[in-house]
Amino acid sequence: MNAQEKLNTTEVVRGSLKRRYAREKRFRLFGLAAITASLTFLAVLLITITVRGLPAFKQTFIQLEVTLDSKTLGVGENPDINELRKANYNGAIKKSLTALFPDVKKRKDKKALYKLVSKGGQYDLQKRVMADPSLIGETLKVWLPVGDDTNSYIQGNIDSSLPEKKRRFKDNQIQWVDQLTEDKQIQRRFNSTFFERGDSREPEMAGIKGSLFGSMLTLMVTLLLSFPVAVATAIYLEEFAPKNRWTDIIEVNINNLAAVPSIVFGLLGLAIFINFFSLPRSAPIVGGLVLSLMTLPTIIISARAALKSVPPSIRDAALGVGASKLQVVFHHVLPLAMPGILTGTIIGMAQALGETAPLLMIGMVAFIVDVPTSLTDPATVLPVQIYQWADLPEKGFVEKTSAAIMVLLAFLIVMNAVAVYLRRKFERKW
Amino acid sequence: MSKIGLTIAGMLFCTTVAAQSTRDQISIVGSSTVYPFATVVAERFGQTTQYKTPKIESTGSGGGMKLFCNGIGVQHPDITNSSRSIKKGEFESCKANGVTDIIEVLIGFDGITLANSVDSEQLEMSRKDIFLALAKRVPDPNGGDELIDNPYEDWADVNPDLPEIKIEVIGPPPTSGTRDAFVELAMEGGCKAIESIAAIEKTDKDSFKEICHTVREDGAFIEAGENDNLIVQKLEANPDALGIFGFSFLEQNSDLVQPSYIDGFEPTFESISDGTYPVSRPLYFYVKKAHIGVIPGIAEYLLEFTSEGSWGEEGYLADKGMIPLDEETRLSSAESIANFETMTLE
Repeated sequence: MNAQEKLNTTEVVRGSLKRRYAREKRFRLFGLAAITASLTFLAVLLITITVRGLPAFKQTFIQLEVTLDSKTLGVGENPDINELRKANYNGAIKKSLTALFPDVKKRKDKKALYKLVSKGGQYDLQKRVMADPSLIGETLKVWLPVGDDTNSYIQGNIDSSLPEKKRRFKDNQIQWVDQLTEDKQIQRRFNSTFFERGDSREPEMAGIKGSLFGSMLTLMVTLLLSFPVAVATAIYLEEFAPKNRWTDIIEVNINNLAAVPSIVFGLLGLAIFINFFSLPRSAPIVGGLVLSLMTLPTIIISARAALKSVPPSIRDAALGVGASKLQVVFHHVLPLAMPGILTGTIIGMAQALGETAPLLMIGMVAFIVDVPTSLTDPATVLPVQIYQWADLPEKGFVEKTSAAIMVLLAFLIVMNAVAVYLRRKFERKW
Repeated sequence: MSKIGLTIAGMLFCTTVAAQSTRDQISIVGSSTVYPFATVVAERFGQTTQYKTPKIESTGSGGGMKLFCNGIGVQHPDITNSSRSIKKGEFESCKANGVTDIIEVLIGFDGITLANSVDSEQLEMSRKDIFLALAKRVPDPNGGDELIDNPYEDWADVNPDLPEIKIEVIGPPPTSGTRDAFVELAMEGGCKAIESIAAIEKTDKDSFKEICHTVREDGAFIEAGENDNLIVQKLEANPDALGIFGFSFLEQNSDLVQPSYIDGFEPTFESISDGTYPVSRPLYFYVKKAHIGVIPGIAEYLLEFTSEGSWGEEGYLADKGMIPLDEETRLSSAESIANFETMTLE
């Protein structure tokens, strides 16, 4: 009977073995499928962004021979700085274009011809002349950025087989550009404008420097405020605070705060920093304050976890040789917990870098051309810039949007890589 | 570490408070429809004058008006853009907060288009067709004045001249000004063409509005978010669908989408400008007179905006897709603006 039963059990087990193996195999397959699917989506996302964004790192220039005579510019002799600023550089550019194609006579055609050069071209000239007023009266060979439509034609984004009416870039424009390309008067170069200028409404003149600086200033304020406060809070709660109902309530609230939608912090910032303390709208200082409210709980939680993971034996040993509680914490526990705290901080910062919602409420979603230099200058941040460019009608902004996303992603990857490196380098295994 | 942080924070705070007592940059808020035009003017203004480039926030017409009416002083914006004229309530609230002298500037028009992909047939419809296709409740097609839940599935059901394709319209959500204008101009216009509903207007204005302004919720109207570029992309992917967006997006994407004729007119520069295309809305901005001379550059900004090179027929705003006013209106309002004539609400 007993032997019979034993045999039965073995048989049962053996019989179910196949099913159990199959189940494990199925589970593995599901896991593999999930990972493959998410990797595919990620790859598709990255590839579309890169393919769309890469052309934005190149810019097309056109070479023109511009005569800067004072009559065309509309300036008198020895013009002052304001006169130079207002001078009609566009007129000079138009003149050089008509000199290049003297057959163009009709008004409509002339307008199409002028569109070859970017509206920003005149500001390049303006800058040069303002830096060196002796250029007036000279004839210069200059490379000026081309207009939005011309740029997309040269990139091959305009289908010339379409009927002319459906194209923004007309037959005569195509002819002119083809001729200029043949004469080597059109060149593609690295787009330094994109990194050297602030926002603009002309896609070919728009750059990310303004929003990049805005992001840096904002993050600086966030880091300076949230890191010390969060670490101090974590140390107090973990090492000094008594364990009672009050600290429990505080702990629950910190955990809850970490999950509050970020726009709520924006509303809080609007009510307190702007309406009550009357700090300026759209300023990085307010943005930094709001974002530090948002990142505080994240850093506190990770700092507490890091402090908790330092073995009690370290504390006991230090106390045993006569260190005070404060010395134990600052000489032994905190240094050992630092890699963990830094990782948490960097992840919190990366989160803050990608945030737009709370900034909407405090006026950082704005068109700002000048690059911010101080904490009270109006500024915007990278993700906001991306959001704004995505909303504009000009087609040239599609590639700028993707290029800005690439820059933002690069920043995030660098920040996360630093976090990983710090952890690897300073981590202690017990 | 934390002490250094706090000291720095304290220092920052003090400099900030000091900096707030003056401002040398114009602050503009308001409509996201006017934003693409105002930004062009602002950028040019910053490049060609000694003043700083104005800061323009895109807050929506209502949100901008609220900020604008909060009071006089450097912490409040100087100008608000709006895709509709100021409401009576807003004017009162402005007044209550001391913002009494307001200069109103009508800058031009923006057309709202109903477009589909170039791969499909270009449609011709009336505002009545739009109302019947998109309203939540419409008169019973089998006769009678009774309103029933919208039964139409194909455009051909609405009007036999239209093709037999499913009614599928992608448009902005109710928070958008484009949606407001579309509902008010296209749907309400169509509403008035139906006698039984037009009769209600005289007796019961509220229920008239509710009938005309309520868009159907059974899936024929798809809300696509505020981003007009997204709507254009969706039209490209789905040739049967129609989309609602502003004229400037139509102009930029003429290789992908084509507009439908509404009441016999195609949205073009000319038809919107002379008012024959029925679905267009005015664009405004409002200026605080009390800030002129206090914040540097406001008067010059007004001058730049109302110059022929900017808002004229050949101006750079027209290049960006804004439909200019007629010449006479432009000249007369440029003059009254140059004299800082304030508005009154009659």
